[in-house]
Amino acid sequence: MRITLKKRLRPLNWGRYLLIPAAIVLALLVGALLFLWVGVNPVRAYLEILKGAFGSFYNFSEVLVRATPLILCGLSVGLAGKMLIWNIGAEGQLVVGGIAGAGIALFFSAYIPGPLIIPVMLAAGFLGGACWGLIPGFLKARFQVNEIITSLMLNYVAILWLEHLYFGPWRDPAGRGFPGTAMLPDMAWFPRFWGTRVHLGLLMGFGAAVVIWFVLAYTRWGYEIRVIGTNLQAAQYARIEITRNILLVMTISGGLAGLAGICETAGIHYRLQQGLAVGSGYVGIVVAWLGKLRPGAIVLISILLGSLMVGGDQIQISLHVPSAISLVLQGAILFCVLGGQIFKDYELQVQGGKH
Amino acid sequence: MESAVIFVAKITITSSMAVLYATIGEIFTERSGVLNLGVEGMMLVGALTAFAATDCFQSLWVGVLFAMLISGIFALIHGFFAITFRVNQVVSGLALTLFGIGLSDFLGRPFIGKVSLKFEPFGLFPLDKIPVVGQILFTHSALVYPAYLLVPLAYVFLYKTRYGLQLRAVGENPSAADTVGIPVFPMRYLYTFIGGALAGLGGAYLSLAYTPGWKEQMTGGQGWIAIALVIFSMWDPLKALGGALLFGFINAFQFYCQAAGLTLIPSYVLRMLPYLFTIVVLIVITRWEAAKKRVGAPAALGIPFEREQ
Amino acid sequence: MSVPITEKQSAVFMKGIVKRFPGVVANQGIDFQILRGEIHSLLGENGAGKTTLMNLLSGVYRPDAGEIFVNGQKVNFYSPRDALELGIGMIHQHFQLVTNFTVAENIVLGMFGPGKLNMLTIEKKVDELSSLYGLAIDSRARIWELSVGEQQRVEILRMLYRNVDVLIMDEPTAVLAPQEIEKLFEVMRRIKAEGRSVVFITHKLEEVLAISDYITVLRRGKVMSTVRPEKIREKDGVVSRELARMMVGREVILDVGKESRKTDQPLLRVENLSVRGDRGELAVKDVSFSVNVGEISAILGVAGNGQRELVEALVGLRPKDSGRILLENDDLTAVLDRVAYIPEDRTGRGSVADLPLLENLALTVRDQFTRGPLIHWKNVEKKARQLIAQYNIAAPSLTMKARQLSGGNLQKLILAREFSQNPLLLIAEQPTRGLDIGATQEIWHAILRQREQGGILLVSGDLKEVLSLADNILVIFRGQIMEIISCKDDKGLEEIGPLMAGVERKR
Repeated sequence: MRITLKKRLRPLNWGRYLLIPAAIVLALLVGALLFLWVGVNPVRAYLEILKGAFGSFYNFSEVLVRATPLILCGLSVGLAGKMLIWNIGAEGQLVVGGIAGAGIALFFSAYIPGPLIIPVMLAAGFLGGACWGLIPGFLKARFQVNEIITSLMLNYVAILWLEHLYFGPWRDPAGRGFPGTAMLPDMAWFPRFWGTRVHLGLLMGFGAAVVIWFVLAYTRWGYEIRVIGTNLQAAQYARIEITRNILLVMTISGGLAGLAGICETAGIHYRLQQGLAVGSGYVGIVVAWLGKLRPGAIVLISILLGSLMVGGDQIQISLHVPSAISLVLQGAILFCVLGGQIFKDYELQVQGGKH
Repeated sequence: MESAVIFVAKITITSSMAVLYATIGEIFTERSGVLNLGVEGMMLVGALTAFAATDCFQSLWVGVLFAMLISGIFALIHGFFAITFRVNQVVSGLALTLFGIGLSDFLGRPFIGKVSLKFEPFGLFPLDKIPVVGQILFTHSALVYPAYLLVPLAYVFLYKTRYGLQLRAVGENPSAADTVGIPVFPMRYLYTFIGGALAGLGGAYLSLAYTPGWKEQMTGGQGWIAIALVIFSMWDPLKALGGALLFGFINAFQFYCQAAGLTLIPSYVLRMLPYLFTIVVLIVITRWEAAKKRVGAPAALGIPFEREQ
Repeated sequence: MSVPITEKQSAVFMKGIVKRFPGVVANQGIDFQILRGEIHSLLGENGAGKTTLMNLLSGVYRPDAGEIFVNGQKVNFYSPRDALELGIGMIHQHFQLVTNFTVAENIVLGMFGPGKLNMLTIEKKVDELSSLYGLAIDSRARIWELSVGEQQRVEILRMLYRNVDVLIMDEPTAVLAPQEIEKLFEVMRRIKAEGRSVVFITHKLEEVLAISDYITVLRRGKVMSTVRPEKIREKDGVVSRELARMMVGREVILDVGKESRKTDQPLLRVENLSVRGDRGELAVKDVSFSVNVGEISAILGVAGNGQRELVEALVGLRPKDSGRILLENDDLTAVLDRVAYIPEDRTGRGSVADLPLLENLALTVRDQFTRGPLIHWKNVEKKARQLIAQYNIAAPSLTMKARQLSGGNLQKLILAREFSQNPLLLIAEQPTRGLDIGATQEIWHAILRQREQGGILLVSGDLKEVLSLADNILVIFRGQIMEIISCKDDKGLEEIGPLMAGVERKR
């Protein structure tokens, strides 16, 4: 007996809507095995995760806080992905964006009129990330260098640079050895809403999602990007400029991740410190591909994964399970959801008979 | 002066071994047409498994064996999704990395800070008695010496044997390989497993010999550097050795500067060097390929095979 | 005329074969048998199910229903390996060779033997085999260095090296010049003389009559008839038409009734053009020709003789090495918007398979619909509906993906889009390849109508197409134009075969 995949004679209809829930259930079962392995009742663990994420208004506001950088990084990865560029460097772009924006607030706030500080910081954050994204973009456009590796290597470089800054020249002299810069001036703090930690960055994320959706669907440039990403040969045939578009997309992609960096810095930490590079850029990759590169879906998935992270923190406290479980679950969900897609066009066929 | 050369040369070797094993493994995997970007995750799983199994069974070699086995199986997760389910291999590989980082972090908590057995360096008599060269090459731990055999063996296997020819054919043109009766799917699974096992060996080297102990994300990007070195080596094990040694040398140089108290280059720049070096190497090799109009990559790399269309 | 089917004497017997693909039943209950030591032709139109049937026999596909017997034994193939082990080998239309490997490496690939490869011994054996069958080849050459005809020899040698009993060849003559076809037939006869069987898949009637012992005609996945060629030769022309009728189900009329509209006004002038191929070799060497307003010039040649590189240089997708390309006295690169290009690769280049029809219709003409940074999709939709009606494109909706369209309708869509920009010059590359007769005729008529707009450069390997449409024929061989022949020059037309194979014309 053999089990093989066979192309469906007609594609799956209503069943396709079951694929994603089924995939998530499967991924959660994998997680359940791990909970059992460390001696925790999986049902209780999942209930705690749910409670942690949605148990109260404040908890849910924390989900939105966690989702904010994910939305921006997801859009960053997703926009590049639309052109089949693999931006694995959102993490580094986020860091450089944070450095650039915080640098403005720390050293130039005296020279900028008060109401303009935050816009200038946002611009600096965007530009910082854009520059960092342009490096792999330029290398790919000009020399066809594999952007997966270059953008990833730059993550490590950016993080080392950040560490150098807050351990070294930018360290708060009054911080008594605390690794971090001085607090940003009050004028540079992003407004927060509803007495929670939800801040301006969330609006930036929503806004960016709407803009990108519109650009992709209705502008000539968005159309050209989608053609490049779907069929490079056809794009050349239609005389679409490839090189310039790679540079442009990587600039915006890096800029979006840079925004995430400055939003985290000026919305949450109010200084540059270790908590900036916590992997949002990598989770952004998961978000983008789970959302099939669609801006709206990226927002939703970010909130979903944000709740998983907040829930993960919750069980670390209440059940003493490492919060790394949320990363494991993300990986498992990504595998199962992507793998499940094949059943849209294929079915399992069991073949009997002797060889 | 001589002692400084020996110091740098020895550290060059010890700090290149983990990437070397992982690179050779990834060369096998990619030669079969499977792009597995999960090396970082596989190395971490290997490092943790090696440490945990050594701790459990109180035997280093059992630890190494388990690391290779478990990492190989771990690689098969990617294999399953990429080969059978035809998921985009870049995304699947990234998922494997995230999964591996999370899993090793999650399961490795109890082992942080633990001290267990480790591979101690020893002189390989009588070769270690050769002046200078012997000291550089043959005074290492037992996990270094297999690499001396692995590189030439991998080379001969790839280019001089029937199985190597089949492997390369599967990566170049799976459909052609299939028509002449080469089992494409089993081959791809096999070499994905081998790639994982060697990445696991690299991980084991880190946690049992190079920096004994377990710490989350202790690979520090070496898995990604291995992937870059595969491109650098143009999928050739001999050139991979060169690439890995170059990487090791950058590391050794950094150690040397710190040990000798040279402050000419700030330490954070030194720590960036391996990553910057990887980028530069990639640019150079890509330019070289373009100038020579040569493509090193297997033609079907990253493209799933499907017989029935 | 049908042959009584017995399982005993046949090398292969396929019974009641059914194979379904999404949207189509490729084989609907086919019975087919191959005797030992015969050349059996499988004749039929594109999409008749010939290749599918043979893929089932060679283990590439598995049948949904039906049985296969080899030497009287029922078999169940899971992969090509299983079929090869029973001596059944297939040479696919798209060659299955590893281009980076040498000839000998390709031939020995997948065979059992000692782990260590002794290439010298293998090369020697290949050389012996190639001289035995008159299939001259350098066993140490890499595949990418070889012409298509030579690559086919490697495929044949590979099967002979394996000692197959049944050799299946899928459209082997499609890539060969007439002279090479005769040589191939000699090899086939030789293989037959050794008591082995050959299955010859083709859609060309003349070839079938020249070589086969038996002919099986397929149409729409069913066997129409199995006949001996002698029966047909007796009555000659009449029955040959009957065969054609069996293939397509109606009388074949391929006369599109063209009259020349050629003027004296030059449109495109190519002067001493040289272009390099992907590996840096000179693929087009010092080519000069011109196309006048209202004229259809055809570049005719066996695939892989520089046509692709020439066209890509003409449409600005490949830099030229030297020479000039002028459109009405302007350098062509400056007026590329007056040139429309219908690429050979409909799904890979001419359209974006995963985008909806609407967006595909904007691909090369998006400028017309752009206002500021926005594309006015409403206007695209209006234009699309008009084109779909005008060109008779069977498309149920504009939101369906291009990949869901049949080849003929997709080609009409590309044609409609390209014509809608009113080009001065149309470059059409293999515009009807793989299309059925109905779609072919519609496309031919559309191309002929286009002469009102300007000039046309047709690139084709199909002699019939070229003769039906063109005023002039430019025969291309190894990157050079061998000769320019007027379609009115009957003497010249007789020389086309040799010219395509690189034989200079006698004067």
